[in-house]
Amino acid sequence: MDWMASLHGLAGGVLIGLSATWLMVTLGRIAGISGIVGNLITQRPKGDSAWRLAFLLGLISGPLVIMALGSGLGNVAVNGAGSPGEVIGAPVGGVGLMLVAGLLVGVGTGLGSGCTSGHGVCGLARLAPRSMAATGMFLLTALVTVYISRHMLGLGGGV
Amino acid sequence: MSQSNKSNWMKTAAGYAAGLLFGIGLAVSGMTDPARVVGFLDVAGAWDPTLMFVLGGAVITTFIGYRLVFKRSTPLLGGVFQLPTKRELDAKLLGGAALFGIGWGLSGYCPGPAIASLGGLSLPLLAMLATMVLGWFVARRLSA
Repeated sequence: MDWMASLHGLAGGVLIGLSATWLMVTLGRIAGISGIVGNLITQRPKGDSAWRLAFLLGLISGPLVIMALGSGLGNVAVNGAGSPGEVIGAPVGGVGLMLVAGLLVGVGTGLGSGCTSGHGVCGLARLAPRSMAATGMFLLTALVTVYISRHMLGLGGGV
Repeated sequence: MSQSNKSNWMKTAAGYAAGLLFGIGLAVSGMTDPARVVGFLDVAGAWDPTLMFVLGGAVITTFIGYRLVFKRSTPLLGGVFQLPTKRELDAKLLGGAALFGIGWGLSGYCPGPAIASLGGLSLPLLAMLATMVLGWFVARRLSA
């Protein structure tokens, strides 16, 4: 096992948890990305958009800060072709696959009221039954999807 | 600067700080690499446990953090704590989560890492972000 990668994971996870705690103590909001950004884009709620836009810009600038700070802080598994450094990894599929995946992620997180952050991090931390059910469900279908695509259809590394 | 202007700026700054910290967390943890995410989901292959540590660290930190935060009656910058109140496990929740999982498994991107990876501009990622936003509009239409 790659202990350095796991340690990076744990450290990054703690930072994500601190971000969620900070957003709750300052603004009283759940740190769910699909909710924050989805509502910003689809509804542009009056008087409630500025912090969402600021959060979005912060989210994009975070990895750029790590890139600027230099090597070793990122945790990319394989520095494959087209991968822009050790902080942001390359997509695992082409445009066609990503068009389908994006639609599923958008519709799914929209209908399911949350994603890995809203349900998986904040919801589980609140011991919310809906978030536990949602997290169990999306983990299950993701595991099955990867199993089918990699081991039954034989679509190796890049699906 | 008027009092309400000052408070608006502070809210915006707090939002930026939260996003920045979140993005840094994703980058440090390696979640901005979809290969790591798919590696975690690939239990029958060369399993990559990183995501488990990320989720574990994030949930435990948030669990402790929220316990401290909820000793207060209101957030620091005003307003109220806005927490979901719905309880029922309906088809919309579970069906939505199921669809999301399929898209997540196919791409290795959930919304946070997908958006945070924008700095590493690539055509497949842009395609994914475009249809993800389209999907949010579709979901809103379906929910209406």
